[in-house]
Amino acid sequence: MTARERVAGTVANYVDERTGAAAWMKKNLNKVFPDHWSFLLGEIALYSFIILLLSGTFLTFWFDPSQREVIYDGDYQPLSGLKMSAAYASTLHISFEVRGGLLMRQIHHWAALLFMVAIVVHLLRVYFTGAFRKPREFNWIIGVGLLTLGIVEGFLGYSLPDDLLSGTGIRIAEAIIQALPVVGSYIAFFAFGGAFPGESFIPRIYTVHVLLLPGIFLALITVHLMLVWYQKHTQYPGPGRTEKNVVGYPLFPVYMAKAGGFFFIVFGVIAFLSAVASINPIWLYGPYTPGQISAGSQPDWYMGWLDGLVRMAPPLETHAFGHTISWNILIPGLILPGIMFTGLALYPFIEAWISGDKREHHILDRPRNVPNRTALGAMALTFTIVALLNGGNDIIATTFNLTINQMMWFSRIGILVLPPIAFVVTKRLCLSLQRADRDLVLHGRETGTLVRMPSGEFVEIHEPISAEKAWTLTQHEQPVPLELPATDARGLKRPGAIKNKLRNRMSRAHAVAVPKVSAQDLKEIEHH
Amino acid sequence: MKYLSRYRRHKAVAPLLLLFALFAIGTTFSVASATTTPSQSAFARSAAIDEGREIFLKGCSSCHGLNLEGSAIAPSLLGVGAASVDFQVGTGRMPVADLSAQIMRKTPVYNARETAALAEYVASLAPGPAIPTDASLNYERDGSTAEGGELFRTNCAMCHNFAAQGGALTQGKYAPTLMGVEPKYIYEALITGPQSMPVFSDKTLTPGEKLSIIKWVKAAEAEPALGGASLGRVGPVTEGLLIWTLGIGLLIGVAVWLAMKAR
Amino acid sequence: MSSELEVIKDPGVPAHVHRQADLDPRAEKKAERQVAILFALSALGTILFIYSYIWISEDLFIYFPILGTTNAKQLFLGLGLALSLFFIGAGAIHWAKTLMPDEEVIAMRHEMRSEDEDRRALVETAKAGAGAAALGRRSLIKRSLGLSLGLIGLSPLLLLRDLGPLPGKELEKTSWKTGTRLVTDPGDRPIKPSDLEVGAVAQVLPELAQGEERTLNNIGKDAVLLIRLRPEEFQLDAQRLAMTYQGIIAFSKICSHMGCAVALYEQQTKHLLCPCHQSTFDVPRAAKVIFGPAARPLPQLAISVDQEGFLVAQRPFSEPVGPSYWERNSQ
Repeated sequence: MTARERVAGTVANYVDERTGAAAWMKKNLNKVFPDHWSFLLGEIALYSFIILLLSGTFLTFWFDPSQREVIYDGDYQPLSGLKMSAAYASTLHISFEVRGGLLMRQIHHWAALLFMVAIVVHLLRVYFTGAFRKPREFNWIIGVGLLTLGIVEGFLGYSLPDDLLSGTGIRIAEAIIQALPVVGSYIAFFAFGGAFPGESFIPRIYTVHVLLLPGIFLALITVHLMLVWYQKHTQYPGPGRTEKNVVGYPLFPVYMAKAGGFFFIVFGVIAFLSAVASINPIWLYGPYTPGQISAGSQPDWYMGWLDGLVRMAPPLETHAFGHTISWNILIPGLILPGIMFTGLALYPFIEAWISGDKREHHILDRPRNVPNRTALGAMALTFTIVALLNGGNDIIATTFNLTINQMMWFSRIGILVLPPIAFVVTKRLCLSLQRADRDLVLHGRETGTLVRMPSGEFVEIHEPISAEKAWTLTQHEQPVPLELPATDARGLKRPGAIKNKLRNRMSRAHAVAVPKVSAQDLKEIEHH
Repeated sequence: MKYLSRYRRHKAVAPLLLLFALFAIGTTFSVASATTTPSQSAFARSAAIDEGREIFLKGCSSCHGLNLEGSAIAPSLLGVGAASVDFQVGTGRMPVADLSAQIMRKTPVYNARETAALAEYVASLAPGPAIPTDASLNYERDGSTAEGGELFRTNCAMCHNFAAQGGALTQGKYAPTLMGVEPKYIYEALITGPQSMPVFSDKTLTPGEKLSIIKWVKAAEAEPALGGASLGRVGPVTEGLLIWTLGIGLLIGVAVWLAMKAR
Repeated sequence: MSSELEVIKDPGVPAHVHRQADLDPRAEKKAERQVAILFALSALGTILFIYSYIWISEDLFIYFPILGTTNAKQLFLGLGLALSLFFIGAGAIHWAKTLMPDEEVIAMRHEMRSEDEDRRALVETAKAGAGAAALGRRSLIKRSLGLSLGLIGLSPLLLLRDLGPLPGKELEKTSWKTGTRLVTDPGDRPIKPSDLEVGAVAQVLPELAQGEERTLNNIGKDAVLLIRLRPEEFQLDAQRLAMTYQGIIAFSKICSHMGCAVALYEQQTKHLLCPCHQSTFDVPRAAKVIFGPAARPLPQLAISVDQEGFLVAQRPFSEPVGPSYWERNSQ
């Protein structure tokens, strides 16, 4: 035994005698993880979160979450002598007097933007490959929860410095709270400790941003990862991959090295962005006061779609019996997002209801093989993108020589018209791709080489695809439409008949697909 | 005559004829359009005012009226003052090249002497804001940067954006960027309220406050990109664009490399 | 599903293809060197970071294309950090890719569902435990337990009461009273009508009483915009016209939609634009909404002049300023 082995043995023995860790580690060090780049998107979010924790902790050592008025006497001359809150002044202090302070502020903010991008991209991957199906529905719901909480956490975070831009955002948030029927003004006064802006809001959201939400995140992310660990990761269809196995690489050393290395890559890219690109230059925005506003005021991108919805809302209010209900705020600000997030969270159950599929799934879908789901996703994305673009309509207008009025009308009409178009186009595209796959399997790859037959006919040589590729293209299952009975054995209409009919129709639409290659098809082409 | 008909098919004929036609039309037009003169005034005119009047009649009266009374497409210039003319003509906004929603700054048509003459002429017909003297534009001495910033954010940022980069107005109009704009023009714009911009009277925004605003704008212009590339100083929109292109793009690129089998 | 369609068979995991570093010791050494170079680059990055932190002056600015003139310390701190982190990652990944074993391993999955006997055992345990507690039988215990737990839930709610005052009439009041002078923001100078030219705007606040401080809460309700038009340009009824003074009209600056400051005045069209959500208000028609999501015009402040000729408010606003709320009587 070498010296190193002796030391390692002593340590391992010490720990194992107290925790019994050897059994657990033996099993898990060999755990298999499938390798695909699209499985790393969730990791980008996870690592961004860790970077947020680290950089955020650094910032808390200097940030003063108080709205107490101070006179600025720091290094940044254009604000010298001005009245501002201690929160704003301390953020200026971090930016200009703490060495590395501006860098850490920028790392924190770029990491926050990247965190949200990664969550969305990861969500899209999980959605379009059907990784949310049984047994992973709980994880999907946790993920949607992380998305929603992330949006809130980010909003609270960039509001902490109390600058003109984020203060405007808080004003708008207060207006949404105030618009709630019956309880709105009460909740607003309780949240702000009185009228807007008050002096309590920043200290309170500091507690939420630094303590409550990170705690909830840690818990949710832990459960999220544990479920992935325990249920084992999904894998793409391919040779040797079945519903009953996982094909990949062991945790130790390969996966640890790659995943660990990727953490440093993510951190490095965020640090690079923070070195070369300015973000949230609060010294240019100025301290917040309700009497000022800047042209081109937007929230961070993950709230931009909400801003876009509010901008395009029709001016609807109900004034009746001495009361006011602001539909122009409630619908785009609360009701629509509520429906969207609820629908998103419940989607695995909705799809299971439509398809009637109650089995476990560990092999992912290729998006083209589930045209309905893919088209629905494209539709939702189109809706969100139109809203997002409208959030920046004034900046887009001045950049591309359009008018804000044109942008508004484009968005109002586009958000109703473009999503259904996206659905139809995407569905047709998927079916088209399925046909192309089928042709590949039956006829092989077109090589571009022409041969002239003795009869004078020109034919293109097709090269048969490999057995592995043929398997990958045909491994998927084709959904069978439900045929739930509308009447019972005696011919009487059973309760739930309408629900069944609706379900049948939806599952028929869901099952639309180009049929896979059959034995008959293979026999036919043999005679070619 | 015979000479002309003998060379009538010479290849130089067409361009020469064209030149002649242009010359003829041009002189006829300028003679014809310069016929009516405005009413004579009792007091003496300086040469500048006379020159200004000439230029005005040639280049401005077709829209602004022979007596500066305005028309359907142009406002009256009575009382706009020398400052207004110096701003509009000096920045090239006037004469207008194309009557779209926004009157754009462009290369000036008239030189400094002609612009000054125009300004004197317009000012001579009715009193209005005067061109600020150099002594009155000493913003370094008479302005305060910090106060200017507060004034800018209260009075200007809603149109011109927090960093004076410009912003959208309705129906395709916009407030232009103030980066690179001469202090004199900023001052003149404040006192004359060009196009969509309102007037900022000296009693509600004092000359000292105006100079502070100019000092702050110049400081913002000179301010280096403190945290890295400024991304246009328009806020979260360009930041979001960068993270969705460079940010996630770089990382997906690395992820693809990571999962690829080595050679 | 349909087994007659399963004509393409699974060929199994493809045969392993060796990498160069697996077969050729020179390629292996080359890969090792590459990994080492990557780690060394990271070390250089850390040295750059340390150097920047200690020796680059905070006042040094340098020019780079695309970046513009930027702070050297901030740039090189960031680049040093980025390089030091990125190349550790790149080194680790390259090491894993080229040198660590890359043969695919197969592990078997187990059905998530527990074994039937485990389930039966759980049901037994649960039934036994529930039977022992006998909550179903002991309805007195059940009901009193429900009462005590329900009541305890109320206590923390009550503790939240002092988060803030009840709104009361707070949202309806501003500092504007009869005779309050309009003063400039900033500067606090009173204004005479002759101070404003036609086409001029002024940012305005109510004059403070002696010794009074103006808070952001005050500004959030009191901010007013003064605009001067020609009197003939108004399209107002007699009552609204009486609230103007010689072509000068005053509106609350707090947007009736969601509370941003509405001060963007287009002199030629006489429109006010709120930059937040693009609500557009027509000044000659008392800030009537002509575009955008705002549902109500901006409240108009009735103005007049006092004995010294300064502009004053005739009376307080006749409606609450700012965004709507349930109790607001907007008729």
